[in-house]
Amino acid sequence: MTTLTATSPAIAQASIEQPTGLVLLLRYFRRNKGLAVGLLILLGLILFTVIGFMVINPKHAYPLSVATRKPPSLQYPFGTDFFGRNLVAAMVVGMWQTAIIGVLAGGLGTMIGVVLGFTSAYFGGWIDATVRTICQILTPIPVLLIQVVVAGSLDKRDVTIITMALIVVMLAWMGPTLVIRAQVLTMKERQFVSVAKLSGVSDVGIIFKEILPNLLPFIAAAFVGQVFAAVFASFYLAVLGLGPLREPLLGNIIWAAQLQGAFFNGWWWWPIAPSIAMILILGSLALINMGLDELANPRVRKTE
Amino acid sequence: MNLATADNQAGTRRAPFAAGTQTPVLKVENLEVTYYTDLGRAKALDDVSFDLHAGQKLGMVGESGSGKSTLALAMMRMIKQPGRIEGGTVTIDGTELMGLKDEDMRKARLSKIAYIPQGAMNSLNPVTRIGEQMVDAVKSHLNGQSRAAIHERCIHALKSVDLDPAVFRMYAHELSGGMKQRVCIAIGILLEPKVIICDEPTSALDVVTQRQVMETIDRVQKQINAAVILIGHDMGLMAQFVDKVAVMYAGRLVEISTVREMFTEPKHPYAQALISSLPNLDNKGVFQGIPGLAPSLLRLPSGCAFHPRCPYASDRSRSEKPKLKALPGGRMVACHLYDQDALNV
Amino acid sequence: MNFKLIAKRLSFLVLVIWAASTIVFFVPRLSPRNAIRERFAELSRSGGFSSGDIEKLIASMNQQFGLDKPLLEQYWNYLGNVVRLDFGYSLNRYPATVADIIAQALPWTFGLLMVTTILSFVIGNLLGAISAWPKAPQWLRSIATPFVLLTGVPPVIMGVLLLFFIGFRLKLLPLGGAYSIGVVPTWSWDFAFDLLLHQLLPGLALILGSVGGWVLSMRGMGVTIQGEDYVNFAEHKGLTGGRIFRDYYLRNTLLPQVTGLALALGTVVTSAIIVEGIFGLPGLGTVLNNAIRSNDFPTIYGIVLFITIAIAVLMAVLEFVYPLLDPRVRNQ
Repeated sequence: MTTLTATSPAIAQASIEQPTGLVLLLRYFRRNKGLAVGLLILLGLILFTVIGFMVINPKHAYPLSVATRKPPSLQYPFGTDFFGRNLVAAMVVGMWQTAIIGVLAGGLGTMIGVVLGFTSAYFGGWIDATVRTICQILTPIPVLLIQVVVAGSLDKRDVTIITMALIVVMLAWMGPTLVIRAQVLTMKERQFVSVAKLSGVSDVGIIFKEILPNLLPFIAAAFVGQVFAAVFASFYLAVLGLGPLREPLLGNIIWAAQLQGAFFNGWWWWPIAPSIAMILILGSLALINMGLDELANPRVRKTE
Repeated sequence: MNLATADNQAGTRRAPFAAGTQTPVLKVENLEVTYYTDLGRAKALDDVSFDLHAGQKLGMVGESGSGKSTLALAMMRMIKQPGRIEGGTVTIDGTELMGLKDEDMRKARLSKIAYIPQGAMNSLNPVTRIGEQMVDAVKSHLNGQSRAAIHERCIHALKSVDLDPAVFRMYAHELSGGMKQRVCIAIGILLEPKVIICDEPTSALDVVTQRQVMETIDRVQKQINAAVILIGHDMGLMAQFVDKVAVMYAGRLVEISTVREMFTEPKHPYAQALISSLPNLDNKGVFQGIPGLAPSLLRLPSGCAFHPRCPYASDRSRSEKPKLKALPGGRMVACHLYDQDALNV
Repeated sequence: MNFKLIAKRLSFLVLVIWAASTIVFFVPRLSPRNAIRERFAELSRSGGFSSGDIEKLIASMNQQFGLDKPLLEQYWNYLGNVVRLDFGYSLNRYPATVADIIAQALPWTFGLLMVTTILSFVIGNLLGAISAWPKAPQWLRSIATPFVLLTGVPPVIMGVLLLFFIGFRLKLLPLGGAYSIGVVPTWSWDFAFDLLLHQLLPGLALILGSVGGWVLSMRGMGVTIQGEDYVNFAEHKGLTGGRIFRDYYLRNTLLPQVTGLALALGTVVTSAIIVEGIFGLPGLGTVLNNAIRSNDFPTIYGIVLFITIAIAVLMAVLEFVYPLLDPRVRNQ
C-alpha cells in the first residue's frame, strides 16, 4: 500500500506532459488498429494508381492494345486477357474509375442524406413523417435489383462512369438520411441547442453553429459507408454486365472473364487480378468505416 | 432438509447474539480484492474480516465504491477481470470457499451461499418463464430429484415470499418490480442456503414495496434460519431490519456494532459522520454532509484512509493503518482513538 | 399480437410491393430506349422467325405493354398483373411466359438460398456468440477470426477465388454448371451426387462470404447481453456454464439477429443470384444474366419484381414469427 502511494505522484506528473499531435495520433492508431490498417491499404491503392498512371500506357487498358491471353510474366505482371488488354493497365484505370464512382456516388448520397436527414429531424411534423415513410418503404426493396432495372433501361452507349455513379446514388440515400436524422433528433434534445434556441439564435444559426460541427464524425462515417456501398453496388452491376462495357471497370473484367469461360479455358489470371483489387478496396473501406464508427460512437468504443 | 422441516425448527433456533461461544456459520478472514486497471492497481477490498452466526442479520453500509458490492461478489467468488481475489478465506458451515474447485464452488452458490441481486428489475431472463428459471436453479444442484419434487419446492418458495403459484408460469415482463424482487428472493431460498447476501434489494422500488420486500426477507430468513448480509444505502430501512451494522470505508471495515450502539453511540469518526448526516426531526432542514471526498481507490491516503477527512486525525493516523479491534461489549472498531480500550487478544 | 398490428404490417407489405412495381413500371417508360422496337429489329435482322410469329409477338407485346392505351390505364392493368404474378411473355424464349421461366429456375435458387442462409446464420451466430463469451476456451473463440477477416470479400469474389483454388488449381470440384456435361438428369444416386458436387462451390462461396457478417453483429450483441443482470444472476444461481450460455445468453442474443436476418434478406438474395450467375447454375441468377445479355426486358423486370415481392413477403413472415420467439412482444 505504502509503495503505491509513494509512486503515484510521480506517475501523475509524467502523464501531465502533453505528447505531440503525431504521438497522440500514433497512440490512437495503436488502439484503433482497424482504422490504421484500412488507411494503410487505401494509401497503398492510391500509390499503385498514381505510380501506375506514370508507368503504364492507359491505352493498354482497352481491347486490342497488346497481345492476347498472355499469362503473368515480367512484361505483363498480371497477364493479358482475351481481348488484348494489359491487366496491369486495366487495374490502374479500373481502380481510378472505381474511385470516381465511389467518391461521386458516396459524396452525392451523403449530401442528399445530410440535407434530408437534417430537414426531416429539425423541422419535424409532416416533413419528417413523409421522409421517414418513404425511407421505410424503400428500405426493404433490394437496391441492386432496382439499379438493374434502371441500368437495363438505359441505352448501352449512355452507360458511362458518371451515369453509373448516378444510378448507384439514386437509391442509396436512405441509409445516411436515417442515420443523420437520428443523430439530429438526439442532438436537438441536448442542452446546448435548447440554450441557443432560448437565447434567440435563428434556425440557420443553430444548424450551422451548434449542430453541424457535432455531426461531422457521423457525416464522415456515413460518407465512407456510402463510398463502400457505391463501390459494392457498381461492382455488382458491372458483374451482371450492366456497366460501361468498354471500360476496364473491375466488375466488367470479371463479367467478361466469366462470359468467356476463363477458368474452363485455363486463363486463370484474368478474373484473379480484379478480384484481389476489389478485396483490397472493399476491405480497406470496411476497416475505415468500422474505425470511424468507433471514433464517432463512444458506445461502440466502450464495448471493445 | 426442506422448507417444511425448517419451520418446525424455528422454535429451537438460537436467538441473535446468544451464540457467543458457538462457531459462526460464516467466517470471513483477511479477504483482499485488487482491480488491475489501466490507471494502476485499485485495492477494492483490504483485509476484511468478520463473522456471522446463523439467524443473524448484518447490515453493510458505506458510500458508493466503498467495497460493499465487491465484498458480496468476492464471497460468491464472482469477481470478474480485471479484478482478482488476492487472499483471505470465506468459511461457511465448515467449508472454505476460496479453496474449492470451480465446479464445487458452482455447487456452493445458491446451496450454501445465495445472492439476491441489486438490479432485480433486470435480473430475470426476459424470454423464459419464471418457473424455468427456478427449476434450472434446483436442477443444477440436486441431481435425480423428481420433476414433481422440484416443482413442489419452487411453488413452496413462491408461496413463502407471498407470491401466487401462478407466477411460476409467467414471464418477467408480466410482473411488477416488487414481484420480480420477490421472485429473486424465492430463487435465493430455493436450496435453503446458510448465508444470504442481499445487494441493495430495494433500490429500485417505491417506499411501500421496499417495506414489504424487507419484511419478506425477514420472514424467509427466520424460516430457514440463514445468516443474512444486507447491503444498502438506506440507514433508516436498515435500522429496522438488521441486528448489526458494519460500516465500510475505502475497501476496509471500519466498525461493526449492534444497531442500537451504532445509532446512539457510533465509535469510528466516519461512522459518527455518517450517523449525524442522517436527517431527523431535531435538526430538520439542516443538511449535514461529510466534508471532503471519498478517496480514489487508486491513490489511497497512507495510514487510515479516512484521515484527510477526519477531525481527530493524528500523526499516527497518517502513518499507521488501524486494525479492526474488539472493544468491551463485542463491537469492533478500526481507529487509533480506541487503542487503549481495545481488548488484547 | 392483435388484429390492428397485423393489419398495419400487411398494409406496409402492400405499400412496399406497390412502390417496387411503380418503379419498375415507370423507369423503363422514362427512358428514351424503346425496348420492343430494339428487340424487334434485332429479331428481324437475325431471321429465324416466320412473319406470323413476329406478328404474334408484336400483338403480345402491344397487349403486354398496352402501348396504345393511356398511361394510367396501362399502369392500372400492370398492377393487376403484378398481383397475379403475371409478368408477360419472355422476348427471348417466346411463347414461354416470364412466370414459367421463373417457376423453372426458382427451385434451384430457393434450394441454394435456403441451405446457405440457414447454415451461415447458424454457424455465424454460434461462432459470434462463442467469440464474445469470456469463459469459452481461447482456441474455440479464435475460430471466428478468419471468418471476420473474410467479411470484406463479397460472395462473388469468394466464388471466383474458390473456382481458382479448388476448381482450377486442385481440380477437386467442378468449375460450373448444374451437373456434368453429357450427364442425363435421372433419379439416381450418381446423379444426385453429381448435382451436389456442382452446388458445393457456390454454396461455400455464399457461406464463407456471409458468416463473418453474422459473427460481427452477434459479437457486438453478445458483449451487451453478457453484461446484463440476468446473465450475472444466472451465475449467482450456480448454473453450469453451458446452461447459462444456452438459455440466458444465446437465446437473448439471437432475438435481435432474427430481425437482422429480415433486414439482410435483400443482400442475401442478391448475392446468391449473382453467385449463381458466376457458376452458371440454372437458377434465377443465370436467367437474369442471360436476359440482360439478350435485352429480354420483360424477363429482367419480371425477375426483379418477383424477387422484391418474395423478399417483402419473407420479411413480413419473419416479423410474424418473431413474437413466437420473444414473449415480450407476444403480449403487446
